[in-house]
Amino acid sequence: MSVGAPAKWGLRSLAFGYLGLLLLAPVGMIFYKTFEHGLGPPIEAMTSPDAVHAIWLTLLMVAVAVPLNTVFGVGCALLLVRHKWKGNAVIDGIINLPFAISPVVIGLSLFLLYGTDGWFGPALADAGITVLFSTPGMILASVFVSLPFVVRETVPVLQEIGTEQEQAASTLGANAWQTFWRVTLPAIRWGVAYGMVLTTARVLGEFGAVTIVSGSISGETETLPLFVAKSFEQFNEQAAYAGAIVLALLALTTLLLMSVGGRKAKAQASGPIPITGDASISMSNQKEGS
Amino acid sequence: MGIAVEGACKRFGDFQALDNVSIDVPDGSLTALLGPSGSGKSTLLRAIAGLETLDAGLVTINGEDATAKPAQKREVGFVFQHYAAFKHMTVFGNVAFGLKIRKWAKPEISDRVHELLRLVQLDGLADRYPDQLSGGQRQRMALARALAVEPRVLLLDEPFGALDAKVRKDLRTWLRRLHDEMHVTTIFVTHDQEEAMDVAEQLVVMNEGRVEQSGSANDLYEHPANEFVMSFVGEVNRLGEHFVRPHDMEVVLDPDERTEEALVQRIVALGFEIRVEFTLGDGTEVWAQLTRPELQKLELREGQIVYLRPGQTKSFSGEVASAA
Repeated sequence: MSVGAPAKWGLRSLAFGYLGLLLLAPVGMIFYKTFEHGLGPPIEAMTSPDAVHAIWLTLLMVAVAVPLNTVFGVGCALLLVRHKWKGNAVIDGIINLPFAISPVVIGLSLFLLYGTDGWFGPALADAGITVLFSTPGMILASVFVSLPFVVRETVPVLQEIGTEQEQAASTLGANAWQTFWRVTLPAIRWGVAYGMVLTTARVLGEFGAVTIVSGSISGETETLPLFVAKSFEQFNEQAAYAGAIVLALLALTTLLLMSVGGRKAKAQASGPIPITGDASISMSNQKEGS
Repeated sequence: MGIAVEGACKRFGDFQALDNVSIDVPDGSLTALLGPSGSGKSTLLRAIAGLETLDAGLVTINGEDATAKPAQKREVGFVFQHYAAFKHMTVFGNVAFGLKIRKWAKPEISDRVHELLRLVQLDGLADRYPDQLSGGQRQRMALARALAVEPRVLLLDEPFGALDAKVRKDLRTWLRRLHDEMHVTTIFVTHDQEEAMDVAEQLVVMNEGRVEQSGSANDLYEHPANEFVMSFVGEVNRLGEHFVRPHDMEVVLDPDERTEEALVQRIVALGFEIRVEFTLGDGTEVWAQLTRPELQKLELREGQIVYLRPGQTKSFSGEVASAA
């Protein structure tokens, strides 16, 4: 479909206006408010012990949930795509649950399972492990809500690359493990990386499920989003804004790391003199004919 | 020695891909598996490579039972129709793959890879990525990759199927020459009878999961075992129970007891070869292959009534007719 120039500009300004109103204006406002009185107040707010602990705890969530969900996600995608089985549809549906269920409900369900009256709670308590209102519970919640991303991003890439490269590797003497590391993983790495970025973003920002299982104890079980919410409720707006900015910067950093990595790989893949199309075919003809 | 398959059976759901297939490929020979799509030729090749497990049957490679061996341990070189290039590796990386798996030392890998790239005429392109190569170059890279590990047998699955006509022709001449130099037992799958006859010493004609006939190109053409082979290996006319090659159709202007009346429908000039299409009295359509001088001598024109004298005919009594 082609549209005229006025319509094109109309559509563009509509899209830009929509994004501006819904995304840019609120985020810009936060930036403005944070740095309204210079760099001093936000730095001070972010160096308080509670804030430092919240940042550290948030990064811990990412450090545990992202590797766990990456390993699980790639394994699960391989299972779904490479091993056709009737139960795959069921697994596929279950993986989507965290998308379908509100994070608050996920938090509640964890509460029910690991609480003092829950199925696992008493047994774990006897073993000296507390899940609720402590780090293990928060990690469980983070892993749960961010579970589908790597699977969802990896499955279509695996389907697209097909099995021929893997078969070629096996005829060349590679075992399953070597084939995975040398052929499959490099071929799907951008799908996996994108899934990891989405997982990171989700874990960084997770609020609903973590609120319920953590109890939001300052300096103990408070992640950065919880810190922001609590500061806001307590009219400590400076800390709330500064916290929000740190969250945004963390998310931006992951996105940047990924796009820098992606550009490097692309630069690597295009050699000095790319030859494509008819020119190369006629060239090879001459060679083959000689 | 060489490759032997005995009683191979393979079923995919309701589809019988291989139905008690046995073939024998002599050591150092170049054999073509020829057949229409769905005839089981690719499945047979993949079963020899270990990429497909047989429901029943035996695969023997160089006198050793390989039936239960995984692909990884069969030491076969396999070339895929769509190249199966490792896209994230350079040409060098692709060819070096099998050697790295075998933990060769770096200098030896480098020597071997460059030697192979010279052999397939890709030296100078070692640092390219597969998507910077043409189809013909990619397939030669895939061939170098398969040859790098010095396989005991080389298996090619429609290796030229994705290439255009000119490149195909050049590559198959080149493959023929390469085989003369290397003498590695080679099987290649094709649905193109001209390609099979051009390249292979031995042809195995397959249809509906069975071997119809095997032998040299000449054997199959001169002494086809059944109608399927006769019509798949070369052109054929059917006259009742008899089959005759178009070049064995003699066109004469005067009738005798062995001729049949025919109406010239169409004369197609294909260079030196002329294709003349006829309709017989009973409505059967046949054609004859004439040379340009023959046509000029007869002075044929469309709409003319002439007489056909079939030369060498064949009949396969008791054979169930099946279309190619």
